[in-house]
Amino acid sequence: MGIKRDISHTVWSVRGNAVMDVVTRSLEPLIAALRAAGYTVVGPTVKDRAIRLTEISSAAELPDGTGDVQEPGNYRLTERDDGMVFGYAASPDSAKRFTQPPRQTLIRSRGQVIEEVEPEAPRIALLGLRACDLAAIAVQDRVFLGGRHPDPAYRRRREALFLIAVNCAVPGGTCFCVSMGTGPKATAGFDLALTELAAPHRFLIETGSERGARIVAAIPHQAATGDDVAAADEVSRTAAGRMGRTVDTEGVQEWLPAAHDHPRWDDVASRCLACTNCTMACPTCFCSTVEDVTDLSGDVAERSERWDSCFTLDFSEVGGSPVRGSQRGRYRQWLTHKFATWYDQFGTSGCVGCGRCITWCPTGIDVTEELSAIRYGTEGPSCIR
Amino acid sequence: MHPMTPVPYRVRSRRPDRADTVTLALEPLSGPCPGFLPGQFTMIYARGVGEIPMSISGRGRTGTLVHTIRAVGAVSRALCRKRPGDLVGVRGPYGTAWDVPGAAGLDVVVVAGGLGLAPLRTVVRELIAHRSRFGRISVIAGTRTPMTLLYPRELARWRDAHDIDVQVTVDHPDPAWKGPVGLVTRLIDRIVFEPRRTASFVCGPEAMMRAVADDLLRRGVRPERVVLSLERNMKCGVGRCGHCQLGPLLLCLDGPVLGYDRAAGLLAVKEL
Ligand SMILES: Cc1cc2nc3c(=O)[nH]c(=O)nc-3n(C[C@H](O)[C@H](O)[C@H](O)COP(=O)(O)OP(=O)(O)OC[C@H]3O[C@@H](n4cnc5c(N)ncnc54)[C@H](O)[C@@H]3O)c2cc1C
Ligand code: SF4
Ligand code: SF4
Repeated sequence: MGIKRDISHTVWSVRGNAVMDVVTRSLEPLIAALRAAGYTVVGPTVKDRAIRLTEISSAAELPDGTGDVQEPGNYRLTERDDGMVFGYAASPDSAKRFTQPPRQTLIRSRGQVIEEVEPEAPRIALLGLRACDLAAIAVQDRVFLGGRHPDPAYRRRREALFLIAVNCAVPGGTCFCVSMGTGPKATAGFDLALTELAAPHRFLIETGSERGARIVAAIPHQAATGDDVAAADEVSRTAAGRMGRTVDTEGVQEWLPAAHDHPRWDDVASRCLACTNCTMACPTCFCSTVEDVTDLSGDVAERSERWDSCFTLDFSEVGGSPVRGSQRGRYRQWLTHKFATWYDQFGTSGCVGCGRCITWCPTGIDVTEELSAIRYGTEGPSCIR
Repeated sequence: MHPMTPVPYRVRSRRPDRADTVTLALEPLSGPCPGFLPGQFTMIYARGVGEIPMSISGRGRTGTLVHTIRAVGAVSRALCRKRPGDLVGVRGPYGTAWDVPGAAGLDVVVVAGGLGLAPLRTVVRELIAHRSRFGRISVIAGTRTPMTLLYPRELARWRDAHDIDVQVTVDHPDPAWKGPVGLVTRLIDRIVFEPRRTASFVCGPEAMMRAVADDLLRRGVRPERVVLSLERNMKCGVGRCGHCQLGPLLLCLDGPVLGYDRAAGLLAVKEL
């Protein structure tokens, strides 16, 4: 792995010279080394009958032998008999919770003073992020750091995160990262990237940063052989061939906004509940609103920012009525923003193909199917493999 | 500093304009007021209540930042209740501006609907500061009733002292009203300008702006010279809350001031 990574919009610098891939048998030393380096390790665990990102202190807490089934509007955990630790796809949690907290206090004011509330920026090692998750972080970097008003709190949180990717071996039924050009192999934006290999069970570790290299140096490892690297490449190649979905985004920046009168918007509006699930689960959706509270005396006021969704009516309220009063207008705004106008605003797609919005939509609305229907009509090529 | 952190300002003076509208002059607790361009806005924070976008309506005599605020909801009402000495928070100025110097050598048509006159006042003041650079200047102001007309004395001064054709129309006349009644578009017939050599600055309710802009275009004013100020929900003013989207635009950054060459197609799409 000697490639110079694309770090134009990431916040740390990565060493450009060659770092050897290594192989390790157990993740226990890795977790211990991260903890010894002062990181809280947050990784996948089974909780609430789903894979959730929670604090872990041992590799024993990882969900060995757990798989998942993901379909539009359906998520179910399964048992695997191969003992894989990372044998499931994107979970309902993404890194967004850690880069952009669901709620953060911005300022406190009393008397003649308005003071900034010191942002929390815990040192967290996120274990088990997928290529799509890293791509989503890069998208958020553009939103919060790339413009004219960079957010120092986001920067601090971001710099305090140690990112450990896992290259997907078993994509989910709603995944389409290959179509979005973001996966399944993590190529940039990680400190370490793991590929889980079988027979014998082991992990190939790629190093993406100097601090990643320091952690690798602290754990037992062997240099990767050519066979190890070839096996890891095969994992990613196989995964790429197993995407649950595809989507044709060729020219989407032009044809999607131009299709604002398409009858499909009425059709999808009749199925959408405007429940906001898709926007909450999406790892790139960044929209927020603000809330003001005062203490009982009324002397001290606080203002906080929290996640918001373009599916709510008051999101677009101006002059006493919402601009997007219909479900049709709100769904159209969401899908068009994600896949098209995001480019105008941030120079990238707003979708990384993780499939979360499809899995977690209670009525099973599938963005790839909607796009295909708008582009080709319902008789067109299917997005489902 | 975090882009969402307001700077503490104090209210320097307060002037009620009409029953529901107040003009506040603000100054920072320390340091000078920031510079601004005509059409730019700030985010004003009423402690414990909220923060709203507000066009700058002028620079006060002592360098203060002047805002004309209509009480329509919780935050605007709280701001209208502020008294001299009270604290508010201010962020900005933000957003795009009307290019007044770019109108040099042209006739200028300013069209305001209701409170739209507030941001446009900064345009007219700059026109006046360099009066000789511009051709004919007309200001058309529409208002609900004669009583709700903003800045009546200043409008008279523009007409009397600065060679500006000021036309006012009302929706609902009272018995004393002798002027025109009806839409601002009707007054475009009454003013003199050479369409191909005209710059136009327009602010008011969206429907009114579109009617005015379409009318000016029909007369031959170039679309990029018909420049509107658009209003959308804004929670941040700095391109991070997502609320002010209009198709590809984030209006807090790409607007609020926008040429009709870009705005027309976007405003034509319902619920964009
Ligand atoms: C760029 C920009 C510049 C602006 N400049 C100015 C300005 O110079 N002066 C100014 O007064 N305002 C201006 N506004 C509008 C101002 O921001 C809104 O009036 C304000 O956000 C309302 O907030 P609120 O909390 O007072 O009311 P909200 O709590 O948001 O609204 C409460 C209720 O008030 C009613 N309401 C809200 N807005 C209006 C309205 N415009 N007309 C009728 N009823 C309404 C609705 O019933 C609403 O439910 C500007 C807006 C933008 C985007
Ligand atoms: S739009 Fe859907 S598939 Fe794309 S990144 Fe967001 S949640 Fe994932
Ligand atoms: S999750 Fe599905 S139903 Fe809910 S707002 Fe999104 S598209 Fe609509």
